Amino acid sequence: MSANATPTDRLARFALSPARRRKDRFARASVLAGTAIALVPLALIVYYLLRKGLGAWSPSFFTTDPTGNTFFGGSSIGGIKSAILGTIEIVALASAIAVPIGIGVAVWLVEYGKSSWFAQTVRFFVDVLTGVPSIVFGLFVYIVLVVGTGSTYAGYKGSIALALLMLPVVIRSAEVILLLVPAALRESALALGAPRWRVIFNIVLPTALPGMVTGVLLAVARAAGETAPLLFTAAATLKTNFNLGGFMNSLPVQIYKDVTSPTTAVVNRAWGAALTLVVMILLLNLIARLISRRSRLA
Amino acid sequence: MEAASLPGGDRGLLSRSPLARLPDRALKYGLTALAALILALIVYFFIRLVGQARPAFAKEGVLGFVFGNDWNVSAEHFGALPLLLGTLITSALALLIGVPVAVATAVYATELCPLRLRAPLTVLVELLAAVPSVVYGLWGIFFLAPKLQGTEQWVADRLSFVPFIGGGLVTIPNYFITGLVLAIMILPIVSAISREVMSTVPADHKEAALGLGATRWEMIRIAVLPYCRSGIVGGAMLGLGRAIGETIAVTILIGDAPKLGDHVFAQGYSLAAVIANEFGEAQGVHRSALFAAGLVLFVLTLLVNGVARLLVVRAARGTSSGASRPTTSGATTRLADSTAGA
Repeated sequence: MSANATPTDRLARFALSPARRRKDRFARASVLAGTAIALVPLALIVYYLLRKGLGAWSPSFFTTDPTGNTFFGGSSIGGIKSAILGTIEIVALASAIAVPIGIGVAVWLVEYGKSSWFAQTVRFFVDVLTGVPSIVFGLFVYIVLVVGTGSTYAGYKGSIALALLMLPVVIRSAEVILLLVPAALRESALALGAPRWRVIFNIVLPTALPGMVTGVLLAVARAAGETAPLLFTAAATLKTNFNLGGFMNSLPVQIYKDVTSPTTAVVNRAWGAALTLVVMILLLNLIARLISRRSRLA
Repeated sequence: MEAASLPGGDRGLLSRSPLARLPDRALKYGLTALAALILALIVYFFIRLVGQARPAFAKEGVLGFVFGNDWNVSAEHFGALPLLLGTLITSALALLIGVPVAVATAVYATELCPLRLRAPLTVLVELLAAVPSVVYGLWGIFFLAPKLQGTEQWVADRLSFVPFIGGGLVTIPNYFITGLVLAIMILPIVSAISREVMSTVPADHKEAALGLGATRWEMIRIAVLPYCRSGIVGGAMLGLGRAIGETIAVTILIGDAPKLGDHVFAQGYSLAAVIANEFGEAQGVHRSALFAAGLVLFVLTLLVNGVARLLVVRAARGTSSGASRPTTSGATTRLADSTAGA
């Protein structure tokens, strides 16, 4: 009999039992279904943003300030000019604060602190900062800069709240990149007689630059979408304002205020503003990805 | 002749003048001061927050504030239990819904997916992190919540015998919708960390399982998942930290009702939402109570994130093999940091 067995019969001894095969199929199908479920909300959000947002877009949408008028439909409610400019101003100042400090701390961690107890403590506290909810940063800035100075809201106070939020992201991403700079490069420069600071400024930082730009752009993208820290630091206003010492509007706050409105036209403005904000953030992400692809480190 | 004396120890020739050393010193101490500044800032922050919260704690008592089930602004009663439970209920729902999906995505991307699809799939999931919180709120309240209200009511009617789920009237803003949207928001971070940890499973382990005749799924269950357990739990905890601190989307979706809802399809409140919603017009003890809510939130996220970091770092170091993988923990932290938050 065994002589009659074809190769297929002999192989059949190694075949899976139907139960195990079914289990495998079922598990793989479930994993695939889970992945599909994860992508559904993305598709829905993109679809609705485009459908509702593009409907709200018009040239005047970007060139007029919101009027504060929420009771009449149509164009009288105004656009989102002050919100776009406010977001750009606040985020630009936040980056100007967070990037030098963040990269400075990262350089210290990698070049000087290394694995000393003090450096470990700083790393721990930076991790703590990462986990702090953004609204708590808003409270902090409110306590120190609004209550503390007895004054009121201002654009630059919003920037400081966002800068606190960006700091841990900038520090951690810059540290990871700086660690990737080959030790041989530093040692060659030191062996040629370069002092430490020149090694840092002329060798380490330029090598790490593209990678650090990626981290910074991701931090900026994250900060640009934040609403909570701005609510009681920069507040909201209608007019375009180029003075960071005054009240300032921003896209997330504008959207938040418009969401709660009973007027359809105002809600539509929120969709248009949301699409604008998402496009700005995606552009930053895209640029970050392109730069990181061209970087030689990582 | 000078060169000949060098190895002997005439280092004076190589040393720089004190003036030339100045920039070096300045940079070193400047940067150290900057690092110390970060520490000082956090400590100062904590002290100031406690100071601002003190009047509320003095009025209600610390335990009375945290566990008092009465948030009544006009009567000046500030018990944060409805807010605390609102935060915990919505975050738990977010984990319950979000983590299985995120782990499935990670398993598919690392083990089952065709190699060509891996990168696009990763990018798509990470795109979810690029959507700002307020946009999730907008989408949730105008699209998701009205669309699902009928289904939720159907479920609530069918399960009317189950406490906390069935029997009640479904409102458009409610705990469940908030949890669902939070699940979508924490998906990218949980998925990214799970993927990162799964990619550290040694190929030997997987090949050994397959070589012994395991099916793909058996290989994943035997070799991959146990190896990654603490990493996945850590990722989930980081997601939990995000969900707890999430503010604007929750404020829009939870309904902002200052009492504990009877069931998951009822309106409620959360710690973060109460601050965003009431801070603008709060005065006196009310304002102090909101600072106290912020403090409770701060401590809660601190605990959750502390546990999470511990688990992720331990997982990235590898618990079973003991082999060190120095880049992983860095990359994991970077992922954790770069995914968008509240």
